Amino acid sequence: MTDLAIRTEQLGKQYRIGQTTERYRTLRDTLANAATLPWRVLRSTFKRSNHQMFKPANRIWALRDVSFEVRKGQVLGIIGRNGAGKSTLLKILSRVTEPTEGYAEIRGRVGSLLEVGTGFHPELTGRENIYLNGAILGMKRAEIERKFDEIVAFAEIEQFIDTPVKRYSSGMYLRLAFAVAAHLEPEILVVDEILAVGDAEFQRKCLGKMSDVAQEGRTVLFVSHNMSAILRLTEEAIVLDKGRLVYRAPTSQAIDYYMATGLSQAGERTWGSDQIPASTAPFCPIALRVRNSQGLKVDVLRSVEPITVEVEYALASSISGLRVGIYLMTMRGEYVFTSFDTDNPQEYERFGVRPAGHYVSRCVIPANLLNEGRYVLAVNASAFRIKRYFQDENALVFNLDGTGAPGKQWPEARLGPIRPVLEWQINRVNEPVTVIN
Amino acid sequence: MITKKDEVLFLRPTRGLAALNLRDLWVYRELIYFLTWRDILVRYKQTLLGAAWAVLVPVLQMVVFTLLFGEGGKSAPDGIPYPIFSFAGLLPWNLFAKALGDAGRSLVMNRSMITKVYFPRVVIPIASVLGGVLDFAIAFLVLLVMMVYYSINQVGGYRLNLTPAIWTLPLFLLLALVTALGVSLWLSAMYVIYRDVGHILPFLTQLGLFATPIIYASSRVPAKWQIVYALNPMVGVVDGFRWALLGTQNGPGLMLIVSVGVAVVVLITGMFYFRHMERTFADEI
Repeated sequence: MTDLAIRTEQLGKQYRIGQTTERYRTLRDTLANAATLPWRVLRSTFKRSNHQMFKPANRIWALRDVSFEVRKGQVLGIIGRNGAGKSTLLKILSRVTEPTEGYAEIRGRVGSLLEVGTGFHPELTGRENIYLNGAILGMKRAEIERKFDEIVAFAEIEQFIDTPVKRYSSGMYLRLAFAVAAHLEPEILVVDEILAVGDAEFQRKCLGKMSDVAQEGRTVLFVSHNMSAILRLTEEAIVLDKGRLVYRAPTSQAIDYYMATGLSQAGERTWGSDQIPASTAPFCPIALRVRNSQGLKVDVLRSVEPITVEVEYALASSISGLRVGIYLMTMRGEYVFTSFDTDNPQEYERFGVRPAGHYVSRCVIPANLLNEGRYVLAVNASAFRIKRYFQDENALVFNLDGTGAPGKQWPEARLGPIRPVLEWQINRVNEPVTVIN
Repeated sequence: MITKKDEVLFLRPTRGLAALNLRDLWVYRELIYFLTWRDILVRYKQTLLGAAWAVLVPVLQMVVFTLLFGEGGKSAPDGIPYPIFSFAGLLPWNLFAKALGDAGRSLVMNRSMITKVYFPRVVIPIASVLGGVLDFAIAFLVLLVMMVYYSINQVGGYRLNLTPAIWTLPLFLLLALVTALGVSLWLSAMYVIYRDVGHILPFLTQLGLFATPIIYASSRVPAKWQIVYALNPMVGVVDGFRWALLGTQNGPGLMLIVSVGVAVVVLITGMFYFRHMERTFADEI
């Protein structure tokens, strides 16, 4: 009898790229392909031309050669930047998709929280959705009935249990969805970034439940961009980069490695010429970057260090009154601030007309301003009341790690998008308190 | 994902024809129940007439057919008043057509489930097909009421003619479901990759209505074409349904055998095709 819960051997997954933007394959394409296939085979045999059908370039390995083991009862963190293959790994382990090569061995019932509320139907009541969602997650009806009251109590929706969930607030909806998933009681729990949604109170509750699960001796695989959550919940972590497992160590070491080697690098959004509509001319966006205090492009930054944001662009001809700026939003879409490069009156005067050329507009978000979490940067280039040349509402996502931020001695999520260092004074007042009746 | 304690699960790429994995389907039988229940529950929420639609649609179809083809209700194929004749054909046909429409699109409609959670994907089209049975049952009661009414009032000389064949009625319902599921498995799996299916579906059900003995009796088809005609499994279903319920003459024979054979082949090949395609659903959908 082995004490392993999960063992993977050279696990790999290949995807066709451009899948999301590519239009759906149609019968006609397939028929046309089939009809010309013999000809193309013949031609490529003779010409040795690298024809598209033999070209592996339109396929990409989202995960390659990943071998690791997880002991029963171990809580393992998985870190890596966006697109490193974390979600693909979880999808394979939770059987949503098949590996392309290699294999995984799993001992025990797997519960996956790749997303809460899967299969929730807006027209159904909370009660009905609990049963439906429970069944989708693999619970037996008897099991759902046994845990029903507990789920409702955890979600704090007692009085709305017979209301259709479309009338729920987003907070209620999330609480209910998480409550069902949290009561699945699997031997192996696979969790993907559920904490990116919901308010602080909800996140605190999720984290609490997660550490309960971990302490009950169950096996947990935990993916998050929230380094402090990873640090708190897991004892060991693996680092993925470009689909490969590059490092495995006790969590604090793994996080240091991840932050130090610039694996968290991304922090950049570039626009290719095919992504820019003709209407932006003469403005041509090139890139948006965030840099840490060492000047490295990264997608995990520290809230206690200043962050440099730069927008690179070219002007084919001069534009008068141009302002290039950023919006910062939370993942829930709340605006944190808006700022333009000509906000400052001197710059405004100086660039009344911006001549053609290649530019970088750069600004610094001060240290100790933002709270930890994920943020979205949007770009806007416009001339006030004249024309909006370019706008991308979802240009770049980055993560802020709150290590060292004020109040970190308490392991709680702080409300609000900002987390300033304020100067508090605590004075003892030497006057007796008089109570006025 | 449900697995027994201490059972080892191997995840590896499948090559060639995958086994059907009916055991997994059995483990997830409750999910079929819950999804069917959801489909039924949701169907008539926020509608004005609710479940009355299950009656209204076939009744209106029957009225139209009777006006167009029934010569005002006087014509009586096989001695059955035309409204009863056409309504008895419409019931199993609508069950089939509705199942096809719902199940064919079911995978794409439930994409969020497919990309996030594991379960045997085949439960989705199965639940969609079963979801139509309630509508069928409601319309069936209307047919019974009509038959009793026509018989009591002797409309068109109609007499209730219940034979022991009525006990085979559930078998024909089963054949309709098997046919619907077989075709749905093919179409729903294809729909994931080829959205063309969305355009083909309404055309298919429209065409099928005329290729099935609903507005006319199958005896109108020339004898030499009868076997070819029966390759449409719904021919066997509708004929058998009328035979069992109305006591019409053309009882089960070679045509029914052909229909059953086609239905079973479509179901089995459909299950293998579905299993084959299933492995990439989450990536392609």
